Amino acid sequence: MDTRLLLGPTMLLSAILFILGVAGVLIRRNAIVVFMCVELMLNAVNLTFIALAQLHGVSGQVMVFFVMTVAAAEAAVGLAIILAIFRHTQSVDLAQINLLKG
Amino acid sequence: MVFYVFAAWAIASAVLCITRSNALSSALWLVSTMFALAAIFVILNAQFIAAIQVLVYAGAVMVLFLFVIMLLNLEVVPHDWKRWPGWVIGTGLAGVLGATLVSLRNYTPDRLAREVSTLPGAVNSRLVFPVEDSALVAAQGAVGRVAQPLFQAYLIPFEITSVLLLAAVIGAVVLAKRKL
Repeated sequence: MDTRLLLGPTMLLSAILFILGVAGVLIRRNAIVVFMCVELMLNAVNLTFIALAQLHGVSGQVMVFFVMTVAAAEAAVGLAIILAIFRHTQSVDLAQINLLKG
Repeated sequence: MVFYVFAAWAIASAVLCITRSNALSSALWLVSTMFALAAIFVILNAQFIAAIQVLVYAGAVMVLFLFVIMLLNLEVVPHDWKRWPGWVIGTGLAGVLGATLVSLRNYTPDRLAREVSTLPGAVNSRLVFPVEDSALVAAQGAVGRVAQPLFQAYLIPFEITSVLLLAAVIGAVVLAKRKL
């Protein structure tokens, strides 16, 4: 295998970034920061797609294109939801968003 | 070598992004991570995606985040982490997931091809995961090689994403409007 492909290190970097994103989602309370951690996880997956695209064809890069589109749509809708919640509770603290508890 | 510099940059920025208690500095560290990733994309031969990463992600999406953070004008909480059982469980779960992902390093294309294939006997992984012809790619250029599959093989998904974006625009307006 061509050493310039850097497959192993890239996969490791991608796994580390994904785990950092998961940890952020699980430990933070600010809804906006949780949302940014989701973006970090999407970026980590994009890195995997790009790394494998050099070996298995350019379709991986097309997938990254689609992931970015979905991420942009998700950011727009998610931030609108956070704004609506903030208007309702005056807070974006996830511990205080417990409407479903009844 | 350059790769490792940017990899260290990305990891350090990501750690700072999830540990800063101020949402604004968190967002700026995430932008820094995305720039490092864009540089890594260039190293990995994806120049067009790297440009899109800077323009769309670090530009548009993160500006949207910064807008909302500044709009809400939240007071900075000194410890914006979950209370004590919460963050320990969270870190533990992330650690378990990390161990799982690291254990996947034993997988090679050959082993994966053997496991996903329904055929009995040995499988050629190059048939299951085709390898790109690099001479063909070099003739097309950085943008052309992404554009060709995007507008041929993936034309229908591409059109569907435009509907998705339209739905997102309408949804965001409906959610953010006080009265319709």
